[in-house]
Amino acid sequence: MKETEVSREQNGLPDHHRAMDKGGKSDARGFRYRRLRKFSIILMSIVALVPLIIMTAVNYYQYQKAMRADMIFPITRQTSNTRHALQSFIATRRSALDFVIRGSTYEELSNHDKLAELLDDLKTAFGGFIDLGLIDSRGNQVSYVGPYPLEGKNYRDQDWFHEVSIRGVYVSDVFKGYRGFPHFVIAIMHSTGDGRSYILRATLDSDMMYRDIISQNLRPSSDAFLVNRSGVLQTPSHFYGKVLDTISLAIPAYSPKTEVMEYTQGTKKLLMGYAFIEGAPFLLIETVEPASYMENWLSVRKQLLWFLFTSVVIILAVIIWGAYHMVGRIREADLKRTKMLHEIEYTNKMASIGRVAAGVAHEINNPMAIINENAGMIRDILTVTDNFPSREKIAKYVNSIVVSVDRVSKITHRLLGFAKRMDPQIELINLKDLIDEVLSFLGKEALHRNIAITYDFSPDLPEIESDRGQLQQVFLNIVTNAIEAVKDGGRINIDGKVRPDGRVDVLVHDDGPGISKEDLERIFEPFFTTKKAHGTGLGLSITYGIVQKLGGEIKVESTLGEGTTFIVTLPVARFEAGG
Amino acid sequence: MPRIRVMIVDDEEDLVSILVERLQFRGYQAEGVLSGKEAIAKAAVQEFDIAVIDVKMPEINGIETLRRLKKIKPSMKVILLTGHGCEAEGEEGLAEGAFDYLIKPVNIEEITAKINSALGISSRE
Repeated sequence: MKETEVSREQNGLPDHHRAMDKGGKSDARGFRYRRLRKFSIILMSIVALVPLIIMTAVNYYQYQKAMRADMIFPITRQTSNTRHALQSFIATRRSALDFVIRGSTYEELSNHDKLAELLDDLKTAFGGFIDLGLIDSRGNQVSYVGPYPLEGKNYRDQDWFHEVSIRGVYVSDVFKGYRGFPHFVIAIMHSTGDGRSYILRATLDSDMMYRDIISQNLRPSSDAFLVNRSGVLQTPSHFYGKVLDTISLAIPAYSPKTEVMEYTQGTKKLLMGYAFIEGAPFLLIETVEPASYMENWLSVRKQLLWFLFTSVVIILAVIIWGAYHMVGRIREADLKRTKMLHEIEYTNKMASIGRVAAGVAHEINNPMAIINENAGMIRDILTVTDNFPSREKIAKYVNSIVVSVDRVSKITHRLLGFAKRMDPQIELINLKDLIDEVLSFLGKEALHRNIAITYDFSPDLPEIESDRGQLQQVFLNIVTNAIEAVKDGGRINIDGKVRPDGRVDVLVHDDGPGISKEDLERIFEPFFTTKKAHGTGLGLSITYGIVQKLGGEIKVESTLGEGTTFIVTLPVARFEAGG
Repeated sequence: MPRIRVMIVDDEEDLVSILVERLQFRGYQAEGVLSGKEAIAKAAVQEFDIAVIDVKMPEINGIETLRRLKKIKPSMKVILLTGHGCEAEGEEGLAEGAFDYLIKPVNIEEITAKINSALGISSRE
């Protein structure tokens, strides 16, 4: 294995996470960490947020239920009260009529004056009575007192007459009479012991019912009214029209008790309490706009939602921060571990290469020493031998042997030096000599390919304290790359100069094709290579790692079509070990 | 001046014989042996001023040979030969009483110079 290739096989992960983020393999790694982060965020969010949301929802509905109960109670109570008052109004007047029909004889009731007297009594005692009439079993109005000309009218064919004949009592819907006043009728049938039956029929002022009962305690935003089973208004309504108008509301199904329902009218949410009036064809409806209830509820809801929102935001922020932090730490640890593994691998490889090199060098040294000593012996002999024809030639050949042995000796020294590289050895290094040594390895290839390698080291360049072997490796890698990059006949310049900050720059410039911007960003990344099959993507990564270890920096500048420059910056004074 | 008695100890026979010959050529009374054992045996029966011992030898290595020789011949000087990169062995030898060590490959001039300085002889060409 050529040493240049050997160097490219080594491993040492530079500490440059930024580049890692963008790498091919590191993309997959990045994805793994993103997935881990996503997973932990989702898991922690579920664990933290689900109970919070459930609790808030339970709270929300309990509050809503409690507040709804609070809201429903007043309207239920008011509707019930009004219902009772209305039922009482109607029942009282029905009882009064019952009392009259039972307390008087047919003859008395037939008497117009007596009937007028009774109507007056009823008006005085109860109020609301408008007229009073007696109707016999055949439907003839026998007598009548009141404002309408109804005397002698026959009701036999009317529905109410049949109903009262069957049930004994009848309460009518509201209607407008001749005078345009809304009123309703209560009729009661009475049967005497002798099988005679007759009906007492009274008209009542429905407006009184509205005025004295329904509209009491009514707020401006509320409404209360009566409708019949067909939805025709029996009393006026604030919002739904006049008496005998048909309301737009759907009539709810019959229920024996007071009910409350919510409904929306336009944009308004309303509460509707309703109750069917027993003994009359009326349905009492009360509506309120539950403003205060809504306000309370909205305020509570707002608080709840704010609480939820704020908690969720805080929890998510903590979770996301925690996940980023945690995954970041894991990632750092992974990177450290990977770096360490690479370094160990690198160290091991270097150590085994070192052992092989040392073994080879030792084995070669002994026979070389024998060759050297033998040649030396020939020289010794020549010095004490008289001149003979081939003496000059032999001296020349012996000299050539000694020179070659010296060359081999230098090579084995270098190999052994390479082996020793593993031990950190800080010594004063003349960079120019070091580059010379490096080029002695690579000069042949450059020569074959007609590549001109020139160097220009500023005379004031100081000797630096560093590790010779490691630096050799660095420049071996960079110059190898440069040689691989340039075409046959290309140029490589190596310059050394002192920086204003006192450190030393070694610039290796080639006139190769240059490196694209994307590749440039990833060039020091482990496993990143543009050499497809024969590149391991480790050479520059190792180089980066070594330069960092030596307390230096490495940068690369490149322009497509013009070439690439690697700039290695090194401290002059001994670096802190392990830094 | 009596001839300096040198013992060359190395397992590489060809190297030993040529070194012996070259030292003799330079006027030394040189003899070679091929192992530590032989060296100790020879030293027991024969006087030497100095021994040049290769560190890397089978069975008894150069350091051990040095140690044993020093036991029986405390006054005998010893120069060790070590491989490049094995300077630690040379240092160990110094601690055991070697005069100095040379890093292989060595040439004859280095060996004679070191022998001379070990024996306090200024120059002998």
